[in-house]
Amino acid sequence: MADEKKFAAYICKGCGLGERLDADALVKVAQKEGKMNVVRQHEFLCNADGVAMIKNDIASEGVTHIMIGACSRRAKTDAFNFPNHALARANLREGVIWIRPHTDEARETTQEMAEDYIRMGCAEVKAMTVPGGNPNTGGNRTLLVVGGGPTGMTAALEASKTGYPVVLVEKTGALGGWAAKLWKRIPVHEPFKAPVDAGMADMIAQVEADPNIKVYLNAMIAKSDGAPGRFVVDIATESGSIATEDIGAIVQATGFDLYDANKLPEFGYGKTPDVVDQAGLEALARAANGGPIKRPSDGKEVKSVAFVQCAGQRDASGKHLTYCSGTCCNISIKQAMYFKDANPSVDATVIYTDLRTPGNGEDFYRSAQEKGVIFTKGKVATVTPAGGNLSVNFHDLILDDKNAQIEADLVVLATGQVPNSGVNIDAAPVEEPAQGGGAAAAPQVKIKPISILNLTYRQGPDVPQFKWGFTDSHFICFPYETRRTGIYTAGPVRRPMDMLQAREDATGATLKAIQALENAQLGRAAHPRSGDLSFPTVRLEGCTQCKRCTVECPFGAIDEDEKRFPKFNESRCRRCGTCMGACPVRVISFENYSVNTVGAQIKAVNIPDEFSEKPRILILACENDAYPALDMAAMNRNEYSAYVRVVPVRCLGSVNTIWITDALNGGYDGVMLMGCKSGEEYQCHFVKGSELGRYRLSKVGDTLKGMNLEAERVFDMEVAITDMHTLPKKINDYAAQIVEMGLSPFKGF
Amino acid sequence: MSANQQMAAKYQNRFLKEVEEQVEMGEWVKMCMQCGVCSGSCPTNFQPGWDHPPQEIFMMIRAGKREEVLKSESMWMCTSCYNCIVRCPRKIPITHIMHGLANYAHRLGIAPKGQPTRAFAKLFWNNCIHTGRVNELKLSMGLYFKDAEGKINIGQGIKKGLEMKNVAIGLLKAKRLNPFEIFGGHKCKDQKGIAAMLKKARELESQRKPLSQSGAAR
Repeated sequence: MADEKKFAAYICKGCGLGERLDADALVKVAQKEGKMNVVRQHEFLCNADGVAMIKNDIASEGVTHIMIGACSRRAKTDAFNFPNHALARANLREGVIWIRPHTDEARETTQEMAEDYIRMGCAEVKAMTVPGGNPNTGGNRTLLVVGGGPTGMTAALEASKTGYPVVLVEKTGALGGWAAKLWKRIPVHEPFKAPVDAGMADMIAQVEADPNIKVYLNAMIAKSDGAPGRFVVDIATESGSIATEDIGAIVQATGFDLYDANKLPEFGYGKTPDVVDQAGLEALARAANGGPIKRPSDGKEVKSVAFVQCAGQRDASGKHLTYCSGTCCNISIKQAMYFKDANPSVDATVIYTDLRTPGNGEDFYRSAQEKGVIFTKGKVATVTPAGGNLSVNFHDLILDDKNAQIEADLVVLATGQVPNSGVNIDAAPVEEPAQGGGAAAAPQVKIKPISILNLTYRQGPDVPQFKWGFTDSHFICFPYETRRTGIYTAGPVRRPMDMLQAREDATGATLKAIQALENAQLGRAAHPRSGDLSFPTVRLEGCTQCKRCTVECPFGAIDEDEKRFPKFNESRCRRCGTCMGACPVRVISFENYSVNTVGAQIKAVNIPDEFSEKPRILILACENDAYPALDMAAMNRNEYSAYVRVVPVRCLGSVNTIWITDALNGGYDGVMLMGCKSGEEYQCHFVKGSELGRYRLSKVGDTLKGMNLEAERVFDMEVAITDMHTLPKKINDYAAQIVEMGLSPFKGF
Repeated sequence: MSANQQMAAKYQNRFLKEVEEQVEMGEWVKMCMQCGVCSGSCPTNFQPGWDHPPQEIFMMIRAGKREEVLKSESMWMCTSCYNCIVRCPRKIPITHIMHGLANYAHRLGIAPKGQPTRAFAKLFWNNCIHTGRVNELKLSMGLYFKDAEGKINIGQGIKKGLEMKNVAIGLLKAKRLNPFEIFGGHKCKDQKGIAAMLKKARELESQRKPLSQSGAAR
């Protein structure tokens, strides 16, 4: 960072800017109002000549802060790339000329808009410093993989092949997980007709032979401390000693457990050994070793077997799992083949409600039908012993026969996957007051889930859970990424899946983990603001220890130190700014994004007086979805009101309410907030950012009342990137509503 | 012991296996995935409606409902439009299976008595194999003297005949109707050959065994 600041503004006249706007007037604004030391205009700023002009100013004039008045900050980022300099962009193209009609009447308001954006850009750049990168980094390149099943082993092998050392921790005495207990697995190659060897022996041998992979068996994580690039992990080993490893990033592949069939007494589980779950059948098949499978009760060869699909799954009553595990149909098909392949005269019946066979399961299903496995569409009610056999009583859904019955020697329950995701940190605070609360609370014996990672984070020992206990942030938009930076989940702990999907998952999570540790080493954000060098800093002397930042941070980046001040772990941070938005005393800021950088822009706008009939509406637009949507609206030349002034924000969560009160006090007539969808089906890139932001904004109503302003002057809007065609109309409607409401009485104060 | 009882005893209530071995194309029944496209595509499944559409018949076979299937009128309702075959995602020859089942029930002697399709099929077949050609005069006269249940009813036949008198005279004038056909009519040339061919066909049918895994040819 240079000691002396020198500000320069550049006005581009390309892309029709020179023709539509009065560039000389813009230069004057930058000089007189923006107080820029150097102001130049150029015919075509992003070409080699224009960029060379800026670079020349940096070299010879010592310019440190650059304001570019040209296109959107999302355009021409390669040309306007000055890594060691503060940079602000005034959006004259997408933000002004492309959204305004090219008419004489519109010329005045268009020019006003452009001048305001120049004022805003100058104000912003003056409030900025150059991001220097997070100094609190660690350069550890070792990957910790938790869980030694096929997912974990794949992650370890892939990381090792990419050149990263791996520490693999497995809680049992052997690698392989569930897969090692299988007799055979679902085929993954053409022709998808018969079960194949699970291949675990080979994979385990590869892991054991790899000098880059250090395996701890019978081991658990006792403590995980630190941040990406500098995790320190204590591993409790079998001997009782603690091994400490320095770790760069973590892949959690802790897999699943089968849903407990003991919860299904109606299907006879536990009452007779001849009702087994899918793991039970794998054990029987391994014991049979390719010969006829014998039933557990009396060792009789099984002549008829029934498979009960969706046992304890897809349950609408709420007693059991509500979701489909997506793997059990293929597994039952495979297991039915165990019987048919050993002896085609065995009756194997699969009772299903919907046969779901992802991947190439359809071929596998067909092959089972060819082998004579009977598929019956029905819903099983009970399994009862009948003579020496079992009677499966079900509702035949095709024939609508409620009293359909099949006799079988053995019944297999497809119970589905439950993730091994450790402690649900979000549920914990709800439970505790109930326990410590009233005297009436009876002491309950409850098996507490064991933490997997034992993180020392303030927010709890494990990664937060998404739906149904699966650890994820978003199945589609950012798989693998948990809400703990540098910790990625893969395999069935993330969502129910089979071995093929789990192995693919493992490679994906490994790559994300590598991305995280490499970025951490360089002091940069991993994602979604990949490469961002800015990081939050706090002015501790102003801090009131209210803890809002530590509580609200969606990523568990902020701990509390011994004196109960917030302690930022920059490498865990995603740079969303939610802490900055939360801080009531506004002591948290980023070098290039702060209460000041945005506040200065808001204040820089020229507010015409009450009688001008020119309202001013501030739009705080999320830069992930709303701002690109506005840019795209401009590319489509969808026009909107000249009264709006758009300020991009990192996330709705970073919006500090002071901006809104300042704007309204300063004479703005309305404030529009554009953020991503929040709640259950959220689309926020920072998971909870927009939700937290909205919660905060819901309190603004009182402030408005205090100011004697209409509640409608602040308007919160969900915007997705696909809204580019509808957005301009919404803006115009809001502007019309403001005009109808009348201008703010706060102008000119 | 009737043919039906013999077969029932032979397969000991394993009806799917019986169908696979005894019914033409029966080995395809296990390949049905119960999507219901056949039932939805069937033009005769709306008026007057089948007791059991093909999808259901296949499920009943798998569920071992032997009597219900074989005594059903359903497969006799098929008009061979082939819509189901064209649309079946599993390429199951549904039309052929329907006819196969009907034929098998007929062979066992348990097909519904007086079922019009069955009665007409019998009449047509017997007429046809007699000389190798269908004698239209005899075929239509055979129908005149039968009621909807297939029972002989001379009075009704005469009445119907008189009603149609003018049409018949018209046909006569146009030389589309030859009353002398009633005395045997014209025949195919190689009578012996046709008889031998039919004999061989019956022989093959009685030897019918399932084609192993023919469903595999997808």
